Amino acid sequence: MSDLKVVGQNKRRYDGLGHVTGTATYVDDVFIPGTLVVKALRSPVHKGIIKNLDVSKAENLPGVHGVITYKDVPCNTYGYLTLDQLVLVEDQIRYKGEPIAAVAADTVEIASEAIALMKLDIEKQTPVFDPVEAVKPEAPKVRPEGNVLMVGERPYRLIYNGDIEKGFDQADEIIENDFFFPSQEHAPMETQVSLAVPTDDSRLTIYTVAQGLYFLLKQMQRILGQGEDVSSRWSQRHQYTHHGMGFSDIKYISCNVGGAFGGKTELHADAIAALMALKTGKPCKWRWTREEEQLFSARHSPWLMHFKDGVTKDGRIVARQVFSRHDAGAYTGLSSYVVDKHAYYVAGPYHLPNVQVKCQVVYTNKVPTGAIRGFGVTPGTYACEIQMNMIAEKMGIDPWELRFINAMRNGDQLATRTKMDSVYLIETMQKLAEISNHPLDAKFAAMNSDPREA
Amino acid sequence: MALLEIKVNGREHRLEVDATANLLTVLREQLFITGPKVGCETGDCGACSVIIDGKLRRACLTNAMSVSGSEITTVEGVGEKGALHPLQTSFYENYASQCGFCTPGMIMASKALLDRNPDPSEMEIKEALSGNLCRCTGYVNIIKAVKAAAPKVSDQGGEK
Repeated sequence: MSDLKVVGQNKRRYDGLGHVTGTATYVDDVFIPGTLVVKALRSPVHKGIIKNLDVSKAENLPGVHGVITYKDVPCNTYGYLTLDQLVLVEDQIRYKGEPIAAVAADTVEIASEAIALMKLDIEKQTPVFDPVEAVKPEAPKVRPEGNVLMVGERPYRLIYNGDIEKGFDQADEIIENDFFFPSQEHAPMETQVSLAVPTDDSRLTIYTVAQGLYFLLKQMQRILGQGEDVSSRWSQRHQYTHHGMGFSDIKYISCNVGGAFGGKTELHADAIAALMALKTGKPCKWRWTREEEQLFSARHSPWLMHFKDGVTKDGRIVARQVFSRHDAGAYTGLSSYVVDKHAYYVAGPYHLPNVQVKCQVVYTNKVPTGAIRGFGVTPGTYACEIQMNMIAEKMGIDPWELRFINAMRNGDQLATRTKMDSVYLIETMQKLAEISNHPLDAKFAAMNSDPREA
Repeated sequence: MALLEIKVNGREHRLEVDATANLLTVLREQLFITGPKVGCETGDCGACSVIIDGKLRRACLTNAMSVSGSEITTVEGVGEKGALHPLQTSFYENYASQCGFCTPGMIMASKALLDRNPDPSEMEIKEALSGNLCRCTGYVNIIKAVKAAAPKVSDQGGEK
């Protein structure tokens, strides 16, 4: 080990000196002369129809350089996987805080005053917040096509292996439990912020907080490029507004990020800052307030998980059926990806001869959910491992032993029927027992991950 | 508008400011001293912590004109010219920063502590940093860094 240059050695952070001297540049530390302050008019209701929006007073306020509504967005729909989210609301409001219009002004005070001068007439509608209520036929519709994301023909992602009913027949006990994983906000120290600067060669430079700059670039190119896929076409010089920007027309700069935890994966401030810069021809900065960050940025979705396990007297789980509900909020975002991820992992690292996982995306009138620290997997692992402890308690088996009995070994299959190799769960648990001084029965201390006898 | 006269990191400034502006805005947007960060603007997170006339203060809650005539130190001014302050070296060497956004405030709160108490206990360090949030939750290394810096700060015969 000692002759290795990196492994086993302490290495200083490459950005550590910037952190301790205050010279590390975060987006908000970039100052371009003449930068305007952006503020957004956000929906005050959870659900409603915009009957009328009058921004003329705001536009005429001295110090205001421009106001945008959905009419100023070349392509108003975007999204990671489903192009269903709106940059600015057209008529249907789907969650409280959804941006409706934006303003760029000389100062934050003028921008705030302009927002207050916008006249918004909304016909309120009844929202739905609880995913269990939202799937009922009489529930208010978050979306016209229904409150459940269809996965092909089915209203859930289905993954199974073996025969679940046969598995339950072999069991001595059926153990069922419900688990709830609440919503969570990332709360990074640095709020969402974007600085968009029009440059004299008709391009746009955007300083942003990003965890995946190219994920966002693709979406920004759609929004500013009228939905047209211009990524393959090399840049043509365009006028600023409404002529379609390509990949090479946007110079995207990711500054130091002041904490993200997944929360800077989604497009938050960039589109509106960029549209304001195109509208005014001036640099525009949109920094969300702490309140906006806490209330309106993408968050960890709440999950409801139901486990039904068939267990034999000797502690083998012969059948595991899981039904999960993921509360996506008002838009799809990464939900169709996260239900897949959840479905692959939720049954746990165990040998389950009969397993069935159903995982459903439900829409509610809440802030759209997004990436955070192992999203999809974290709630699944939480539910699965508590279920294991509850099985152990009910069957009178030591929780460690229950995990050894059911541990996945080489040659076992996941619910996806993927045949596993390089499995070291048993060895890992043996090491854990050793370092935590947990006594193991000789039978389990001698186990290994070799394929089980057919 | 009002005339503000302040000394920041050893340098005198005379500038016209909005009489209602807070010190954080003036430091960042008029003097371009960006070490103090905008985290919450409600005094909850400590990312804007600066030292005003020897006392730790929240720049976001401090009206700029109310400290006219004062001497202000931000993270940019803690070290001697061309050299890091022992706290800066110690934060760097002890991996006390992750995203780094809270670090300038943490260093100012730590400096305010060591200036009045050169040999703090772990409890005293925790108490002194209790107004500064680190959402990356790197508190263990931050406390380690302050402990490691303490003897080096007192070796320098206290701070200016």
